[in-house]
Amino acid sequence: MPKLQITYYAVLREQRGLSSEEVTTAARTGRELYAELAARHQFSLPVDRLRLAIGGEFASWETPLADGAKLVLIPPVAGG
Amino acid sequence: MSFRLSSDALDPIALKASLANLKAGACVTFEGWVRNRNEGQAVSSLEYEAYPELAEKEASRILGEARVKFDLLDAVAVHRVGQLQLGEMAVWVGVTAEHRDAAFAACRYIIDETKARVPIWKKEHYITGQSQWINCATRGDFAAEGRNN
Repeated sequence: MPKLQITYYAVLREQRGLSSEEVTTAARTGRELYAELAARHQFSLPVDRLRLAIGGEFASWETPLADGAKLVLIPPVAGG
Repeated sequence: MSFRLSSDALDPIALKASLANLKAGACVTFEGWVRNRNEGQAVSSLEYEAYPELAEKEASRILGEARVKFDLLDAVAVHRVGQLQLGEMAVWVGVTAEHRDAAFAACRYIIDETKARVPIWKKEHYITGQSQWINCATRGDFAAEGRNN
């Protein structure tokens, strides 16, 4: 099963209670992974309100997850 | 062309000076200030957080897009991170062009796209003691339309 690094920001970091963690998962895509994490940690935001980054770049939620991938979960942005 | 995040107070005079260019007939700048009310609530302070690597990457792309779309000479943007008090400057955008149409349009484009796309988050603190991450409500007033959580 892939081992991934997940980084959380803003509201997700507060809801998760930490900034980043390593996760071993059977999830095959970012979407499956978020479903797993959201259920486990009661995240309030549905996946379609978020964006995903893998390896420092925006990525589709359908991207297959490779072992060692670095994911960042991006809540709705509010800069400016 | 540059974008950066700043933990320190922004210096609009220095930022504008960095755009000086004898080819420019126009310089347009935008300053975003921390205001005292939002969505009917009195704000006491706010904080900005960023995912630095991707914020810089995406903002740089936006500046590049603006330069192509609007025939600019240069574009610079800086965004604060950290705690900000009322009246502080949160973001500065400056563009130069030979002519003003491009400069006005580009400045607008850059701030609008930055607000929509760059991974920066804002948490507002209210005088009631409550706080919330902006755009993250899942129910109640001002939650995203169509949500039924």
